[in-house]
Amino acid sequence: MSDKKTIPNASIGSSAENSYKKPETTRRSFLSWLTVGWAAYIGVTGGFFTVIIRFLFPNVLFEPPQTFKIGYPEDFSSNSVDIKYKKQFNAWVVRDEESIFALSTVCTHLGCTPNWLPVESKFKCPCHGSGFRMTGIHFEGPAPRPLERFKISLANDGQILVDKTKSYKWEKGEWENPESFLKV
Amino acid sequence: MAKKENKKSLLDTLGESQVWKSIIRSGIPRTRRQRMHAILGSVFLHLHPARLPKHAVKVGYTWCMGGLSFFLFVNLTITGILLMFYYRPTVEYAYTDIIDLAEQVPLGIMRELHRWAAHSMVLVVWLHMLRVFMTGSYKPPREFNWGVGVLLMTLTMFLSFTGYLLPWDQLAIWAVTVGSNMARAHPFIGHEGPGASLLAIGDINLVHIGSDVRFALIGGRFVGEATLLRFYVIHCIAVPFIMMIFMAVHFWRIRKDGGISGPL
Repeated sequence: MSDKKTIPNASIGSSAENSYKKPETTRRSFLSWLTVGWAAYIGVTGGFFTVIIRFLFPNVLFEPPQTFKIGYPEDFSSNSVDIKYKKQFNAWVVRDEESIFALSTVCTHLGCTPNWLPVESKFKCPCHGSGFRMTGIHFEGPAPRPLERFKISLANDGQILVDKTKSYKWEKGEWENPESFLKV
Repeated sequence: MAKKENKKSLLDTLGESQVWKSIIRSGIPRTRRQRMHAILGSVFLHLHPARLPKHAVKVGYTWCMGGLSFFLFVNLTITGILLMFYYRPTVEYAYTDIIDLAEQVPLGIMRELHRWAAHSMVLVVWLHMLRVFMTGSYKPPREFNWGVGVLLMTLTMFLSFTGYLLPWDQLAIWAVTVGSNMARAHPFIGHEGPGASLLAIGDINLVHIGSDVRFALIGGRFVGEATLLRFYVIHCIAVPFIMMIFMAVHFWRIRKDGGISGPL
């Protein structure tokens, strides 16, 4: 009884001699598979977070367009500030003696929206009291630099086209750029 | 036999019942050892120390500020969930729903409770930090838990900031406009931050107002409809969820690092 060999159920059907095979895992193959495993892990994790972060950047914005037409140059009388486009497009259209330009309504202090005060002839920010001249130059309050100007040009139909994707900063000398104003 | 059974108190009978043992895992704790096991055997209690030195819970020493912070967090969670039944995070309804919460929702105080608890929590968390600093309770081996605490404080501030927008009045919109403009100045990933202009291909900037970290936070170029929804989700789900994880770590580490406010 005792010398009788017990064959485990699992090995029934396999040939008795070859039932055990020496593992072919060497140190070298183990390390290379480890590398493959880690690379796959990093790839999948990286992909996962890339997808999540990309998801936060919408493809379509339900905001007013960045480029818009505001009418003909003669619609704007000289030495005046037009606040028609402030609410929808966040831009003032200013005409002085020789040019028309579009000013950003974003205060350069902390980003509130100033109001145009015609009597005092200045833009005044309600948040912290920064003041800007009609040209956009700051002269009072905490604002560190003038308002920015947007790209402005004439469209083929003779209307003025404002492009908010390009802005021009006075402190960088960009108001000299002919794209930042319209000669009239 | 019958006489002996009569002597058994109700508590003993209860403590030996299968229902008690299946829930509490041990019988009625009689000895110190059994009491400790009763604490360690409960998922809720095991975050807390099994025993406390008397001096460590003196209100004059701890100000109970950590406990109050947690109390206010629970308070805010309950009132916050109740508010969610009435508040709709859309430009059309947000402001009027807040008015309705005060004027015609039953009791009319749930939003006030939430608001005052929120203000208190910010205050209490700061005072907790002050107390921990003044008593030197940030010193080793508690320095990691100080770090976790600073993170929790930052998350409290962020909850306060995101909740600020939800009433959707002028104060909320402009405060969040000003606050989120800070993200513009973030190095490299904010479009007005240092290094952002280096990330460009030719003269095309990769980091601009429509692609920087502020854009991802507020979901647009300015504070609008998308921002309201984003802040609502961050305020109600994302931050509380992250906070609960760190709170578990914070409470557990108090015990592991030598117990509440005792000398080491």
